[in-house]
Amino acid sequence: MDHPQKPPTDDQEAGAGHDAKTEPETGQDRKPPLSGRLSRRSFLAQLGAAGVAATASPIAHAVSSETEEKEIATSIPDAVPVTLSVNGKDYRVRLEPRVTLLDALRDHLQLFGTKKGCDHGQCGACTVHVNGRRVNSCLSFAVMHQGDRITTIEGLAQHGQLHPVQQAFIDHDGFQCGYCTSGQIMSASALLHEPIGPEDNDVRNAMSGNICRCGAYNNIVAAVQQARKVSA
Amino acid sequence: MQVFRFSQARSIDAAAHSGGTFIAGGTTLVDLMKLNVLQPQSVVDINGLPLDRVETLPNGGLRIGALVRNSDLANHEAVRKNYAVLSEALLSGASPQLRNMATTGGNLLQKTRCYYYRDVNYPCNKRQPGSGCAALDGFNRIHAVLGGSDHCVATHPSDMAVAMMALEATVHTQGAKGERAIALDEFYLVPGNTPDRENVLAPGELITHVTLPALASGTRSCYLKLRDRQQYEFALASSAIVLTVRGGQIQRARVAFGGVATRPWRSREAEEALEGQPPTPATFRRAADAAMANARPLKYNAFKIELAKRALVRTLQQTTEAA
Repeated sequence: MDHPQKPPTDDQEAGAGHDAKTEPETGQDRKPPLSGRLSRRSFLAQLGAAGVAATASPIAHAVSSETEEKEIATSIPDAVPVTLSVNGKDYRVRLEPRVTLLDALRDHLQLFGTKKGCDHGQCGACTVHVNGRRVNSCLSFAVMHQGDRITTIEGLAQHGQLHPVQQAFIDHDGFQCGYCTSGQIMSASALLHEPIGPEDNDVRNAMSGNICRCGAYNNIVAAVQQARKVSA
Repeated sequence: MQVFRFSQARSIDAAAHSGGTFIAGGTTLVDLMKLNVLQPQSVVDINGLPLDRVETLPNGGLRIGALVRNSDLANHEAVRKNYAVLSEALLSGASPQLRNMATTGGNLLQKTRCYYYRDVNYPCNKRQPGSGCAALDGFNRIHAVLGGSDHCVATHPSDMAVAMMALEATVHTQGAKGERAIALDEFYLVPGNTPDRENVLAPGELITHVTLPALASGTRSCYLKLRDRQQYEFALASSAIVLTVRGGQIQRARVAFGGVATRPWRSREAEEALEGQPPTPATFRRAADAAMANARPLKYNAFKIELAKRALVRTLQQTTEAA
């Protein structure tokens, strides 16, 4: 995966030098949030969030100043204030009720680790924990989660230590393209607290809500079994 | 997705008078709202209501709150021990994530997976009465062989409802006019010429809980789901049975089918063919034939008739052999 002198991708700030070597997957963004800077991702976030074309800077990120809050209030008349508690941190945002938890996490909180696969609860790429239980964030409205404890892939590693599931996925090469991986890891980490049988087939059944187009299933099952042993 | 007014119900009474569309797990509603199949103007979040308990009743039955999550219900000790068919049916459905979100009430009310219902570019009498049915002359592999009409052949996809049908559940509701109890068998409607009406709920009527009667000792139950994949797929045909065998005779049988009908399908024909008979392969086969005697195949789903029969025979075999 080493590409010398790769041109900046859409998601990187144009002109910013960027080390093209991949770093070990830590489950945490190593780039600072893109709020305040115009990029393709932030432009699309505006369109997705408001449903109307907007100009200038992203308007949908977590609010810190009163002036910004007023701007948002007039731009999206149906937006309501919501406090989302994600990975131990409270985010105050203004969201239309129709914004899904998935879109809120990605477009409004800039937590891009959770992926949108099918957007209809059929692939599991959007799996997060709500109050410790795995759910499809694409099928829930963000405004319904005030007061809930939400955990995303970014919040799994603690104090710089990988979660046993994350380590197991590395040890067993449990991913190829990586797109389903955060959902797989969130699913597997929740599974550790669920009543399932000990066999590989029990793991397959318990992980059936997460689809992998690359077909890394065998290694995923091995990774989950290792994590279960380590966490027992 | 269209914008909508969002509110959270503070009481069951307030919910019943809210005039909005209820959301609990959201696994059906949000899915269909994204497709613009359902476009409620007002969505009422009922998750805060005190309807999430599973309680054993004094008569030995079970009272299940409408907001109990599918996964919690499936794994509940009383359900695993005394109502195996219900636990098996729930665990065969959807995915672990969806089971953590989906609720008892919502599962009963889930919508058909008919491709044409789910795509607003096609005519659909369920979505828009009178517009026609694209499935009748279309790709109808997943559609119904029982309970269909010239207006609609869409299958009801729930597993839980089929198990509850065989368990003779009662649905308890609260509406603007007060409370009522509805036998599950009388809760669902076949499409006829009003496929937009799927059950007897009045507008604003909220399911509060479901009760199951106690089962006689020695009763065994079982659910078998047949489908294209081993997991995370709806039934092509499924069978739920609740059986009491005494003195070499089937004393009591309750049979329900999923995946083959426009509503969770209780088969009194099969039950009559079973009761008073010895639990033998010949009896089982006769019951299966009786169950599907009035089945009407479509172009792509004729296989369901034999598949449903075999599902019933297999569940009967499993239940009687495991004694």
